[in-house]
Amino acid sequence: MSEEIITIRGRKVVPGVAEGEALVTQERISGWGGVDPRGGTIVETRHELRGRSFAGKVLVFPGAKGSSGWSAQFHVARVMGTAPAAWLFNTMCTKVALGTVVSHAPAMTDFERDPLTLIRSGDWVRVDADAGLVTITRRPLPHAEQA
Amino acid sequence: MRLTDAEKAMRDGAEGAAVARAMDLLIRYGEALGAESLVETRNVCGTVTATTPFMRDFAMAKGGLDAVFSEFNLDSAEVVPVPKVRAFSSHLQLGFDPHHPIEMGVSEQTVEFYRRSEASAARMGVQMMNTCTPYQVGNVPSRGEHCAWMESSAVVYINSVLGARTNAEGRESTSAAMLTCRIPNWGYHLDGPRLGTHAVQLDIEVESVEDWGLLGYWLGDWVQDRVPVVCGVTRVPNLPRLKHFGAAASSSGGVEMYHLVGVTPEANSVEQAFGGRAPVEQRRYGARERGETLARLNAMAHDRQVDYVMLGCPHYTIEQIWEAAQLLEGRQVHTNCALWIFTPRAIKALADRNGYTQTIEAAGAKLMTDSCSAMSRAVPPGTKVVALDSAKQAHYLPAIVGVQAWFGTTAQCVEAACTGRWNAA
Repeated sequence: MSEEIITIRGRKVVPGVAEGEALVTQERISGWGGVDPRGGTIVETRHELRGRSFAGKVLVFPGAKGSSGWSAQFHVARVMGTAPAAWLFNTMCTKVALGTVVSHAPAMTDFERDPLTLIRSGDWVRVDADAGLVTITRRPLPHAEQA
Repeated sequence: MRLTDAEKAMRDGAEGAAVARAMDLLIRYGEALGAESLVETRNVCGTVTATTPFMRDFAMAKGGLDAVFSEFNLDSAEVVPVPKVRAFSSHLQLGFDPHHPIEMGVSEQTVEFYRRSEASAARMGVQMMNTCTPYQVGNVPSRGEHCAWMESSAVVYINSVLGARTNAEGRESTSAAMLTCRIPNWGYHLDGPRLGTHAVQLDIEVESVEDWGLLGYWLGDWVQDRVPVVCGVTRVPNLPRLKHFGAAASSSGGVEMYHLVGVTPEANSVEQAFGGRAPVEQRRYGARERGETLARLNAMAHDRQVDYVMLGCPHYTIEQIWEAAQLLEGRQVHTNCALWIFTPRAIKALADRNGYTQTIEAAGAKLMTDSCSAMSRAVPPGTKVVALDSAKQAHYLPAIVGVQAWFGTTAQCVEAACTGRWNAA
């Protein structure tokens, strides 16, 4: 079964190149009170990713919300080794800008096509923020559904 | 990003290694945002102390408090000596109340490490206000003043109620601003983003602290991080109401700026609030919306036996402490329940003078400072069900410590503390 490969362009937020399995959510993410950096997991009560780990994943999400402790949570996650491998998001704000900067992981925004509709959890995603390029390798559906 | 000669000099080390690291971080952060320049600020609120065992271990392994500040405040792996701050800098709330280590469940070593960290911050010139509400205790920014504050409930308060200009900054950006007097000139520092985007017409009177908390929670959920404009305010809300309103709106969404037409300084009229533009969306807020929001906040609660009541999110004003003391006078907190109230240190001193602390303690409750249960992850041992008068705390605490939370009025919360039961709807 041949794998489908999609590329999209966007703007560099944090430089660098990384790749990993995608973790996609249509819901904004809270930092302080929304994630637990010890396990790199989402803990917000009503969040669709509650209990899921973002450690080493390419986190694809609409943007940040909640407390201004956002950056500090992902900063601690980076030092603990549980931060995402890369970040793709649609809506810029100070929380997500600072949080991605201190994570040192490549980050991108301002995409020509919406990564939230193109990328499914479980897809393999390469983020080349320096070149402004995201390469998505679609996993066959059974795998994607399991993720 | 365009930098001035002074900013380039800071970046290049003319003012020392810590300032250079601070400027490097602000440049990386400003470029991430897409900011065109930095803006001068002389009013910063942030967090520089270390309160967690994780940071204590980090300090011991990597080179003391300078290593903690370098990594977690300046995003610098290189350990740089920490200089005095240049901007007027206020310290926000902590991860525990160092005056109540037993209740907070922290070890003496952690408190001792914090005290060293607090002494170090004070030597830097940081004002140890230790509150999420610096605007209650001597830091009241002017209209139009460019600030660099973190703490979402304080950010939305000074932008909206005072007309100051700040984004929701973080630990690292505020520390960099303390050393450089600079912050990216982006977002709410500019005129355009401060204008209203969404309009709501009130169909019911919004009066009590609970009413304002519910309206804020509903609004934030709807507008997320955009700028709501509220029309139809019939009674001018005071500080506690606006404090609870903004805190709720910034928790359920990411509201950092709002307008109350006829009340807040950039909304003398609907036209001014929207800058002549049309709202992108309009809604009405009535009894149905209020009821649905109350039900939503209480959705995770089912056990009526209450183990713990927490008041003081955001930190209580002296007026709220006065109210709580009156509600508690001559009563006793139930033996199966605990009541903790959180306020800034400076207001605790006032409550001590006024005899409210004595009244609260005589009832078996505690008046605490510096933190809250969500910040400290500290609740009385065995707590399964809590009662809260703050929509913000009700939003966060169940996720943070895994409890059920009832939300209601201050009087309902005090009643729950004294009877051990949640009897409100």
